[in-house]
Amino acid sequence: MTDKTYFEVWERTQQSDDFKDLRRRFRRFSFPMAIAFLVWYFTFVLLMTFAREWASTPVFGSINIAFLLAILQFVTTLLIVIAYDIYSHRKLDGIRDEVRERVEEELKS
Amino acid sequence: MTVDSTLLAFILFAAFIVVTLGLVTYASRQSRKASDFYNAGGSLNGFQNGLAISADYMSAASFLGIAGLISLYGFDGFFYSVGFLVAWLLALLLVAEPLRNTGRYTMGDAVAFRMREQPVRAAAAGSTVIVSIFYLLAQMVGAGALVALLLDLTDPAAKNWIIVAVGALMVVYVTIGGMRGTTYVQITQAFLLIAGAAAMTFMVLLNFDFNINDLLNKAGEMSGQGGAFLEPGGRFGVEVVGDAWATLIGKIDLISLSLALVLGTAGLPHILIRFYTVPTARVARRSVNWAIGNIGLFYLMTIALGFGAAALVSREVLGRGLNDDGSLVDASGNVAAPQLALELGGGDGSIGGGFMLAFIGAVAFAVILATVSGLTLASSSSFAHDLYGGVIRKGKASSKEEVHVARIATVVIGLVAVVLAIFSQGLNVAFLVGLAFAIAASANLPAVLLSMFWKRFNTRGAVFAIYGGLGAALLLLVLSPNFTGASNSLIPLSTGIDLNIFPLRNPGLISIPFGFFMGWLGTITSKESDPKMWAELEVRSLTGADVGKPAVH
Repeated sequence: MTDKTYFEVWERTQQSDDFKDLRRRFRRFSFPMAIAFLVWYFTFVLLMTFAREWASTPVFGSINIAFLLAILQFVTTLLIVIAYDIYSHRKLDGIRDEVRERVEEELKS
Repeated sequence: MTVDSTLLAFILFAAFIVVTLGLVTYASRQSRKASDFYNAGGSLNGFQNGLAISADYMSAASFLGIAGLISLYGFDGFFYSVGFLVAWLLALLLVAEPLRNTGRYTMGDAVAFRMREQPVRAAAAGSTVIVSIFYLLAQMVGAGALVALLLDLTDPAAKNWIIVAVGALMVVYVTIGGMRGTTYVQITQAFLLIAGAAAMTFMVLLNFDFNINDLLNKAGEMSGQGGAFLEPGGRFGVEVVGDAWATLIGKIDLISLSLALVLGTAGLPHILIRFYTVPTARVARRSVNWAIGNIGLFYLMTIALGFGAAALVSREVLGRGLNDDGSLVDASGNVAAPQLALELGGGDGSIGGGFMLAFIGAVAFAVILATVSGLTLASSSSFAHDLYGGVIRKGKASSKEEVHVARIATVVIGLVAVVLAIFSQGLNVAFLVGLAFAIAASANLPAVLLSMFWKRFNTRGAVFAIYGGLGAALLLLVLSPNFTGASNSLIPLSTGIDLNIFPLRNPGLISIPFGFFMGWLGTITSKESDPKMWAELEVRSLTGADVGKPAVH
């Protein structure tokens, strides 16, 4: 395969509708989710830094708001992992395999 | 420690070394190709790689450091662990899969994919080695102090010998076993660590009839701080009474550290190369899922260990004694986990206590060995593959020759790390770790993210991002109170040298945005742009087409 036809495969794929769809689906989840978890984490950090009196309010027993928010960070991390796994299975893996197989087929010929 | 438990600890250390050397030898028999050395032939499954990733990540700083922070400062130790966990989401959502799809062995592979290879690979190798050496120093300094403590060695030379022993073992693991052997050592470590932490967590909870409230109350009471023990501000961003400026700087420093932690993980070279050890992006994702599960579970158990140590072991013991003014001799709390083990086993002088102490000591030793091996492997493979293969031999070296160079580099890096570690024993381990994360986030993360997702990004952008982030982080470090001008600086006040003009101890808040800015600036000032290569990179990164095979061009 010449360099020209080799790159034509990639460029043609990049312009194809199903690849564009895959890219849109990937970005629609990963980008907002990455921003969301960072905003949520830094909200937590800022509260722990500048709202300490409020964060020290007991909720039940000796468990206070700070403690609960920290546990909540663990919970949301787990939820995002699960959500991304389900999203990948349902929306990404199928179309990704189709495009990949097509590219590999074209590279062979 | 009684003589018996010292002997037992020695036996357990020896057993761990014999078992892992056996595994490494077995791995070397399975290894034929260069890829076995670099990425275990890309043949691991998600569970195996997930365990190995957690072993790489849960260093002594995690196992001993976080439990120790909680035991002395309560909530803030727990707060610290949150950043280490949450950081994995960035690796999961934006880094692991594209990286697996576009590289083979090193971070430099993925970043240099559509660039002029030589300048980018040289920069990538430089930052890989520097980040890894900082991290390696932290682990080895910690190892010397820890093992000397556990084995009750008072001779100062003993620490040096332990550092030499750790260095020698890691060199042996990496040169003989490569990535495959290192992975086996790490999987063994992960099992030991989780089992050890689970056993201790269970015993702590049993002590309090599984009533967490009682545990926390007792911890607060024993710490002498009562309810404040569960409130933020005990260790990080501490309020300085009557000095609003110092208080504010402390708080901004905390934000800077948090930023470095959360953005650094996805830029640590020894973590990045683990994504290459699996066959596909889907398995890379699954390994990150396993790793997050393991790491999250471990940090949750650390809460029980830390508060358990605070509740069951006296503050004086946790701080290794009190100074005349009532302050702790050792304010790191690194001995909390071993001391808790001793207490849970039945206390000083008891057989159970001696056994538990020896067991946890052996686990800590395993933790250190597994992490330093991963770090050494990351730097020697980048040296051989990026710098020697890519820059010096310009891609003309055979893979056999590259691996040979990697083995030599392993020995050299091992020697350098041992010598540096022996001379930097006064440095604070947690500070070195925070710094490694800050450099990784400033130099590596911008280069990796921009090369995967920004069409326009080019050679000058990548080179500017890496050197800019790296340079800013190191320069700010030299100008900070870590280096000069404070009572606990690396260069003592008495020398009269004072370069302290940048007040933050962690440079991340400035150096990370600066790394991204330099990536942008380098890119827009260069005309270079290759739409063909961008097409190939983007399609590869999102689909995994043709993965693991070298590109034709």
